[in-house]
Amino acid sequence: MRHLLSINDLSKQEAIDLLNLSAQMQEVNKRDVKKLPALNGRTVVNLFFEDSTRTRFSFELAAKRLSADVVNFTAKGSSVSKGESLKDTIGTLEAMGVDALIVRHHHSGAALTIANAPWSTSAVINAGDGTHEHPTQGLLDSLTIRQRLNGLDQGDLSGVRVLIVGDILHSRVARSNALLLRKLGAKVSYCGPSTLVPSASLGLVDEIYYDFDQALAQNFDVVMMLRIQAERMNSAFIPNAKEYSQLFGLTDSRFDSLSSKTLVMHPGPMNRGLEISSKAADSAQSTILEQVANGVAVRMAVLYRLLAQEGKA
Amino acid sequence: MSHYLIKNAQLADGTVVDIEINDQMIVQVGSNLSSTGELIDASGLIALSGLVDLHTHLREPGFEGSETILTGSKAAAKGGFTSVHAMANTAPVADNAAVVEQVFALGKKAGYVQVQPIGAVTVNLEGSQLSDMGKMNKSSATVTVFSDDGKCVSDSLVMRRALEYVKSFEGVIAQHAQDPALTVNAQMNEGELSMKLGLTGWPQVAEQAIIARDVLLAEEVDSRLHICHVSTAGSVDIIRWAKARGIKVTAEVTPHHLLLTEDLASEYDPLYKVNPPLRTQKDVEALRLAVADGTIDIIATDHAPHPEDSKDCEWGEAAFGMLGLETAAAIAQTTLIETGLIDWKRFQEVLSSNPARIGKLSDQGQELTPGSYANIVLIDPKAKQVIDREGESKSNNNPYAGMELNGAVKHTIYKGTLTVRDGKVLELGENN
Repeated sequence: MRHLLSINDLSKQEAIDLLNLSAQMQEVNKRDVKKLPALNGRTVVNLFFEDSTRTRFSFELAAKRLSADVVNFTAKGSSVSKGESLKDTIGTLEAMGVDALIVRHHHSGAALTIANAPWSTSAVINAGDGTHEHPTQGLLDSLTIRQRLNGLDQGDLSGVRVLIVGDILHSRVARSNALLLRKLGAKVSYCGPSTLVPSASLGLVDEIYYDFDQALAQNFDVVMMLRIQAERMNSAFIPNAKEYSQLFGLTDSRFDSLSSKTLVMHPGPMNRGLEISSKAADSAQSTILEQVANGVAVRMAVLYRLLAQEGKA
Repeated sequence: MSHYLIKNAQLADGTVVDIEINDQMIVQVGSNLSSTGELIDASGLIALSGLVDLHTHLREPGFEGSETILTGSKAAAKGGFTSVHAMANTAPVADNAAVVEQVFALGKKAGYVQVQPIGAVTVNLEGSQLSDMGKMNKSSATVTVFSDDGKCVSDSLVMRRALEYVKSFEGVIAQHAQDPALTVNAQMNEGELSMKLGLTGWPQVAEQAIIARDVLLAEEVDSRLHICHVSTAGSVDIIRWAKARGIKVTAEVTPHHLLLTEDLASEYDPLYKVNPPLRTQKDVEALRLAVADGTIDIIATDHAPHPEDSKDCEWGEAAFGMLGLETAAAIAQTTLIETGLIDWKRFQEVLSSNPARIGKLSDQGQELTPGSYANIVLIDPKAKQVIDREGESKSNNNPYAGMELNGAVKHTIYKGTLTVRDGKVLELGENN
């Protein structure tokens, strides 16, 4: 494994191995001294072309816990038209000597473009590309589900049923999760208004629901809520926030109707009272903070796999 | 003064003849001709009237880093063309007589093909105020084709008026059919693949809705409408319906929409980013059949050169467009002749006589008979060529690099002047 660009880059076994390694990293994160020397002397760049505090922070912590040197490069809005091209930005950074690029970009495919380009030699980790993928989010969600549902640090997710709710069309989280969960044997369904869950998304999941209550009646093991953005109302995807919340929000009453074993997930940041009620978000069934904690472990595992074992294979 | 005798060329109808060229004209066609002119052995070659492209971006003035009228003319000649229509989206835009006259003059100076400027429909391609279409028509460039290509004339009233306005001088509006409201930030064909790749979809209806509206407008005002680069099966159905109704509509398809599909976007390589986007295999098949059954009248290249930098970047930042002039004939042969869908007669219609008729170029697309201008392409139909990335064009955004195609242009003759010999573009020298 040279890059992590898409869940499609991973075989089922590689994905399970990464989750297992992540579980080991969790142990490191519980120690008093949360540090391994594995990436001592390695330089990792957080190359963020799009705002993101949490993901950048999570990657930064992960790299530091593996003793790598981390630099943050925020290149918001960089483009050919506005000035420096992607090629020149990467060339400049690589000339200073870096081992890995953690790339968050507003354009789908940007991480793959860098990885494929003759002008880049670094390992590339996709930290979210446009509306395409966010593979480490997929991994941390699967890790969370595996531990919470199965109480296990090994194995796949055979038989687990997951409902992902919200703006599927624009969600890289929905894509990476569908790909990984199904790879691990889970059944995945999408739910949302048909403008945001186009019929073409059937190519990604097992089922689509346009009625949240009908979907919830199917007793899913996991209900994953996605953030809805205000701009979706301006481009006529949904009428308004109230209608959305009423039809597709995990309200108190919908939350109360869930089995007590159903996990409630959200990749954050949340719009409390819009797609998820506070009661649901703060409940014992909610995994939201565990997801954040697991994010660091998963990113440590990915960095370790890409950089520490390089050349040993 | 040029004087040639082409021996044993096969015409589009299958007959094998000798063709004598004197100065700019074909003077004799027959068997066993003898002449003092230079011999061109055309045994095994197909002779057709020189190809005519109704849709070329020559980029001059304004974007000479991508292409110039000279380099684009050479690329055209290499592809077997003797005429190209230069699109109006230059800088400054060809929305007035001065720019079209400049383009026309530079084309003449280059001398490789007839460069026929297209005028913009609206001022600065902005879609609101009509450009000086009458003055462009009365200018030395005699513009009859008007297009805002790259942008759609989306306002229904402006489109209606434009169609009505050009009627008086028998002009035609060539519409780039793309509803802008349905294609905000659109990147590729909308469907399962765009969903997987997370690229904003370009719905087929964005093209079809404009075509449907425009054929009705053309019917209403009884004007000529031409549809640029038709890319979907649904568009073909609408055009077929309109033609059956007697509406004066003609349509073009590009070589790339006859050959390539959306799957090529899978790796986000901007080489395959084009407007309208590559569609599905089902669309490709419908487009091929539409060329065969006459629904689509012509093949036009939409040759769109771009510099390296605007393709060596993120898909979302990259420019739309691909090269087309040098490979058009081979793609047409590969996709339409080798598949048995059309014969050389239809090939000549869709790549020469029909575009000449739509563009009102009386010197082009003529039958190869005595008295016609000597605009001739000689194609070796048995040749197989592996496409080089680099050709005569100044740009290299060539999606066919490395691909093997059937047929190759051997010689091109433009008004009696040999512009391509044995597949090589000749230097014509100054002011030829």
